[in-house]
Amino acid sequence: MTDGTRPRGAERRLRAPRINPVWILLAVLIAAIIYMNTGFVEPTGYMNFLKRAAPLAILAAGQVYVITSGGFDLSVGSLITLVVVGSSMLTNNDPAATLWVIPLMLGLGLVVGFVNGLVVCFLRVPSLIATLGMMITLNGLAFLWSGGAPRGYLPDTYRFFGRELIRDVPLVGFIPVSVIVMAVVIGAYGWLMHRANLGRQVHAIGDNPVAAHLAGVPVARVRITAFVLSGLSGAVAGILLGGFAGVSTDVGAGYELQAITAAVLGGAQLLGGRGSVPAAFGGALALTAIFTLLNFLGLPQPVRQVVQGLILIAAVALAMHRRRQTGT
Amino acid sequence: MTAPVIEMRGITKTFPGVRALSDVSFDVRAGEVQALVGENGAGKSTLIKILSGVYRADSGEVRLGGTPVHFSHPVESLAAGIAVIYQEFSLLPERTVAQNLFLGREPRTRFGLIDARRMREESREALSLFAAAGRIDPDRLVGELDVATQQVVEIAKAVSTGARVVVMDEPTAALNEAECEELFAAVDTLRGRGVAIIYITHRMREITRLADRVTVLKDGEIAARFDEVPEPGAIVRAMVGRDIEDFYAPPARPEEIGAPVLAVRGGGNDRLRDIDLEVRAGEIVGLAGIQGAGRVALAMALFGEAPFDRGEVTLDGETVSFRTPRAAIRGGVGLLPGDRKSEGLVLMQSVRDNGMLTSRAFASPLSSHRRNANGDLGGMDRLLDGMEIRAANYDQDIRALSGGNQQKAIVARWLSMRPRLLIFIEPTRGIDVNSKAGIYHLMRDLAREGAGILMISSDLPEVIGVADRVLVMQEGRIVAEFPHGASEQEVMHAATGERGVAA
Repeated sequence: MTDGTRPRGAERRLRAPRINPVWILLAVLIAAIIYMNTGFVEPTGYMNFLKRAAPLAILAAGQVYVITSGGFDLSVGSLITLVVVGSSMLTNNDPAATLWVIPLMLGLGLVVGFVNGLVVCFLRVPSLIATLGMMITLNGLAFLWSGGAPRGYLPDTYRFFGRELIRDVPLVGFIPVSVIVMAVVIGAYGWLMHRANLGRQVHAIGDNPVAAHLAGVPVARVRITAFVLSGLSGAVAGILLGGFAGVSTDVGAGYELQAITAAVLGGAQLLGGRGSVPAAFGGALALTAIFTLLNFLGLPQPVRQVVQGLILIAAVALAMHRRRQTGT
Repeated sequence: MTAPVIEMRGITKTFPGVRALSDVSFDVRAGEVQALVGENGAGKSTLIKILSGVYRADSGEVRLGGTPVHFSHPVESLAAGIAVIYQEFSLLPERTVAQNLFLGREPRTRFGLIDARRMREESREALSLFAAAGRIDPDRLVGELDVATQQVVEIAKAVSTGARVVVMDEPTAALNEAECEELFAAVDTLRGRGVAIIYITHRMREITRLADRVTVLKDGEIAARFDEVPEPGAIVRAMVGRDIEDFYAPPARPEEIGAPVLAVRGGGNDRLRDIDLEVRAGEIVGLAGIQGAGRVALAMALFGEAPFDRGEVTLDGETVSFRTPRAAIRGGVGLLPGDRKSEGLVLMQSVRDNGMLTSRAFASPLSSHRRNANGDLGGMDRLLDGMEIRAANYDQDIRALSGGNQQKAIVARWLSMRPRLLIFIEPTRGIDVNSKAGIYHLMRDLAREGAGILMISSDLPEVIGVADRVLVMQEGRIVAEFPHGASEQEVMHAATGERGVAA
């Protein structure tokens, strides 16, 4: 009797405030933005914010798969660069080329993720190193391809995804195409992670790969799938960024660490076993909100990097602290 | 008669819920080998850990050379001359023999640099005591030496630190026949130099060969003390002499046992030889043997994790050859790993997720996590309910559950797959008595429903109490078979190499 009721009480005490802290952080940041710029409550304000957050949110959704499975994917930043540079080379100002270049770039993301997964699973290279190597390789390829001086133009048909707005939408007035793309990706990735079998297996292999293997989970297949989903998210983010940022060889630089920071802000457990796509989305919005605030304050780019580094460390430290308290 | 070097008087040690040692007295004299024997969990390791300062006794005293000592850390006992050689070596494989021997107390030159020449010479001297010395170059890396030679280095290290007492914890576990002889010679050398030796082992042969006196521990108490080595039967009786509690499920009746589920003919790999084995529907077969006898290797061969490379395996009459656990599971084999935390559970996930793990692994990754081709959450909840798992709710993280409840969740994982053959490795390790009975009855129910069950356990009374048939393994082979109701003495004899009894 007592034995049965005691843990139940303890359980309730632990679980009562189950709201993820990332949403509180986001609410505070949004309040601060509104305080500094009341225009944010207008559709132009928040839609532009969402539009800016879209590539990072999509990347974070992919990254959270790899982190939950027990790894890191550092290659997505330079994958973005390669996608943007490659698209500009291939389309060569021909609007009709978009039709085949976009599927090709999605395929590129898929292949990069697949190769990352193969290297990690079968060559036993730790993912941090494997994807670091991939990051350097892809960066090099982007430079080689463009000769270091990329043509500065992508056709409007290509830039549709990153730049266009759907107008005359009831209630909000307009929706950027990139926000729709983001909603679709977050929805699909969230469903796969939290409502489908795959997500539970990603959690299992990140939690304890040996136990998962002995329970029959195809560990390599699931791990490769996680990298493929991350690679795919990199390609999609690249297509959006190509649309609104233009072509350069550093367009994707630093995005991989932002994506990891966003996932960790959302409570993803480094080294695997726990991770949430909606919370990583919240993390991406929070990070974008912080950058927006820094912009308002007129702080230069290097400060942004300092802040981002500190946030990453703080988020991980906080997660470790929570983990100790709950006795993991 | 010389005075004892070590005297332990009235040692009592309690862990939460368990009395590990009660009123144990024990002494060792200079120049003798005292064998310390007992089943797993009898308290041998606890006693040694108190001696070396890893644990502190609740009461009782330890005297070294007549003076009471209180070690609170192994470093202190080492400094006082007590060296414990554990099964896992403490040597650094990437350092040379000489560097290992003088680790932390390297001789210095006048300028404070390490005196490599002196270190090498003194290493030669320390090693020269042992027969194997000729083959040990002080400049070789320890990692390049074979296991027995490493052990000799470890012993030489103990001697060169001036140890008066050397404790060896099952030192032959990883050694072959010839290597054992080398080790025995080293032990003889130590004894000749007046070192007091505590030698922990399961094997009667080693006791007969080495020991001067024998102390038997059972359930935390001294069960017997022999001032000279008795015939092995007397030791074995003292080790196991207890009643089989009646909490085991009744064995299978003859009509409950059906056709063979599993048959192995001439199976072997680098750990196993000449394995002939049959498990019938409705039958629980127990596998007994000492650590390293090949029981787990056999389980992993059947489960495809470390497959046989020769011989033939049939499952329900069909020839199979599983190369991965996934293939074995698809073929109808299930396995409960021996180490629940590191091999069985995904600790951060819920009770349900742990139960559904295998069912999901064999369904489409795109199917819902609630329902797949192998079952659904409702069915899992019914299985968990049926086993009376105690949890606040099944969405709770499994790490919060007791060991027994965790084990039941792993059983539920397999039940949902309806395996033909289910292998249990140490199914009750570290779980309380009530849950143990629950697991035994669960195993029997599974057998009644027609599965074949293979159980590996280091708890001898458990193997004998649960199994319908007991197979004994030794050095990778099955050396004896007993029907239900065999005595512990018989099985222990067969497992420790006294093969006269086992026909």
